[in-house]
Amino acid sequence: MRAATLVFVMLLAPLIPGIASRTRSILTARRGAPVWQLYSDLWKLSRRGSVYSRTTTVVFRLVPIVLMASVVIAASILPLDGRSAMLRFPGDVVAFAYVLALGRFVLVLGALDTGSSFEGMGASREVTFAALVEFGFFIALASLSVATRELSLSGMLGSPALADTWSSSAPALIMIVAGLFVLLLAECSRSPVDDPTTHLELTMIHEVIVLDHSGPDLAMILYANALKLSVIGALLARVAMPTMELSYAMRVGVLAVGLFAVGVGIGVVESAMARLRLPKVPLYIAGGSALSAFALILLLQ
Amino acid sequence: MSTHALLTLYNRRCVSVADIPLLEVEEFAAALASSIASGWRIVSLFGVPEDTRALRLCAVLANDDRGLLGATCALVRQEYPALSTSCRQAVRFEREIAEQCGAIPTGHPSLKPLRRHPPDHAPSAWTLPPKNREDFPFDVVHGDEVHEVAVGPVHAGIIEPGHFRFNAHGEEVLSLEIMLGYQHRGVERLLEGSERGRAVLVAESIAGDTVIGHTGAFCGAIEALARSHKTPRAQTIRGIALELERLANHIGDLGALSGDVAYQSSAAFFGRLRGECLNLLMTISGNRYGRGLIRPGGVLFDIPPTMTSEVLRRVERLREEVRPVAELLFENASVQSRFDGVGVVSAEQCRAAGYVGVVARSCRVPVDVRHDFAYGVYRYAQIPVATAWSGDVYARAIVRWLEVQRSMEFIVEQLAALPRGEVLVDCGALRPSELVVALEEGWRGEIAHIVMTDAGGHIRRHKVVDPSFHNWSALSAAMPGNQISDFPLCNKSFNLSYAGHDL
Repeated sequence: MRAATLVFVMLLAPLIPGIASRTRSILTARRGAPVWQLYSDLWKLSRRGSVYSRTTTVVFRLVPIVLMASVVIAASILPLDGRSAMLRFPGDVVAFAYVLALGRFVLVLGALDTGSSFEGMGASREVTFAALVEFGFFIALASLSVATRELSLSGMLGSPALADTWSSSAPALIMIVAGLFVLLLAECSRSPVDDPTTHLELTMIHEVIVLDHSGPDLAMILYANALKLSVIGALLARVAMPTMELSYAMRVGVLAVGLFAVGVGIGVVESAMARLRLPKVPLYIAGGSALSAFALILLLQ
Repeated sequence: MSTHALLTLYNRRCVSVADIPLLEVEEFAAALASSIASGWRIVSLFGVPEDTRALRLCAVLANDDRGLLGATCALVRQEYPALSTSCRQAVRFEREIAEQCGAIPTGHPSLKPLRRHPPDHAPSAWTLPPKNREDFPFDVVHGDEVHEVAVGPVHAGIIEPGHFRFNAHGEEVLSLEIMLGYQHRGVERLLEGSERGRAVLVAESIAGDTVIGHTGAFCGAIEALARSHKTPRAQTIRGIALELERLANHIGDLGALSGDVAYQSSAAFFGRLRGECLNLLMTISGNRYGRGLIRPGGVLFDIPPTMTSEVLRRVERLREEVRPVAELLFENASVQSRFDGVGVVSAEQCRAAGYVGVVARSCRVPVDVRHDFAYGVYRYAQIPVATAWSGDVYARAIVRWLEVQRSMEFIVEQLAALPRGEVLVDCGALRPSELVVALEEGWRGEIAHIVMTDAGGHIRRHKVVDPSFHNWSALSAAMPGNQISDFPLCNKSFNLSYAGHDL
């Protein structure tokens, strides 16, 4: 059942960016791309050949594989089905964060491997913001850990303690959910931190470090990013809606609803505001972290 | 004040070449420097081969406050003391002269080629050694953590080619050097060598987004030299077309600015409304960019009464539709925080370097050819000059929005009171040995077509100055101290033409 849920999420993942972009086109009165656009893109890319620059080494070619593996491992640490994950051990929270960080590390190495000044700039931005997001993410998880007295993700999200916390200190959890959403936008390179639709190399963060990948490699990277969005979205959905007591079908249904809501939420944010100036991004991330920090203070009382 | 060294002339009024003062190069340099110190600016400075060994330098200056143009000339040998040493505005023009005519202004700070083409306006007896790109390296800033970023000439978007070289410290830009020339087609030679029917097509293609502006200035110069008097109806139709072109481009720019800060809502709406403006030009001229409308002697297509009412209705609807979209853009706090204080051009910089158009008006320098050197329909229907104060991206956006509103008002007024009469009159042979300066306020700013005829009434020199020629240096001047990630936004707020610069 746990494996089935993972497969379900993996199949669903490319739909979430589609939902975000569909929401954006509806809100901005455009016809827009179909909701399954990413599936078509992945199919198209997977049939093409990859081109490798002569300046790149094996590091560059390893990027898609390691990135993909890291996200899948992170997904299997998360209790997607609402009870327990495929991999669980005390402190797996830390593993979850750093397996995702490993993927990013390799991605950045690959970017530096190309020797392009754009990619170098993008890499520098990516790691700067990621370091800040990491801090906020751990505060959010620490708050959850305090609330549930658990040290593993399965314990935190799959235990009745979370539902109890919702009835005892809902404001704290609402702040955690809001804080996680703020961090999700930064972590998954969405507006207002990054602009996934731009073609301007100098403003890009995430897009520019995958600029030199092509064909199936690019497909894997795009897919890994979509899956990462779903994984973090699932974490958010599980915190927001504990489903310990429900049947399996209901729990998966709630997860799908949560992911849909994340997609719509991203779309709403992207159509409601302009992207932040780059120097303001740390403040934005600090704001998200501060929400979690307040939650932690409330929960520690 | 050395106006005795300048021949006063007016927009689109011919003067005899013999009446233009012909000075020694030292006097010429002094005249330029003192005129600029007393409020004139250079419209154009160019070379005309006089005989096999001498080059005639011609300067056309403008005094915006008094609505006057001035012309002066000097004869020089291949090597002459650079004017740039005493006159900063001449720097770019002298680079152009060095490249076009093969002259060597000694003491010039940098004769780096602007466009990289062999000289095509050099006196025939001059020896012209070929120039290597490698002899002119990019400016480098030295420092431990300074890095170079090279962008272009091939860009990710569908835009024209140009190379941008940044020296940056982290995310902060220390200097920006812009290298253009990839679009050089030899426009001036083509205009001089082609018969009139072809030349007007060349004029339409100088910058693809400024068809009406450049063709209007081209025809203005030709008509003045032929003493052809357009009918009021033709002048009004030209004015309407020019304002429609301004509407389309300004609205498109506002959309592009929204897109660059990832504000999707207004980007999409402005994009659609830009299409509406182009469709209006299509209705009038049969081409979305207005090609084929303006010809020497008037316009090829009249606006019949049924079309008048249809265009009026569509402009009124556009007026209603564009306002809420602009409010959406300008009243959004996140957009304001992106536009504010980015890419500032100060009024002092602007006056010193002689920037024109939207860039100048956004830093409180109210230059507008339609107001200062009124021509055609603008002599009867004034459009208020739109200015802003801060000189940043926000100011350039708000000036565009003000001009959009005023252009729509103008079009509505003019359509309602279209003069009667023909739209095309004869435009015959050109008068010999005359010079005319035709200025036009294109949507980017001042377009100048300067035409000189020889003793046989043929075109001896046709000089084109696109506003981009003046304003590209404003972009490099505005960038230092800004975030490198703000460059695309800043660039878009200037939205200069590569083709117009490269000619």
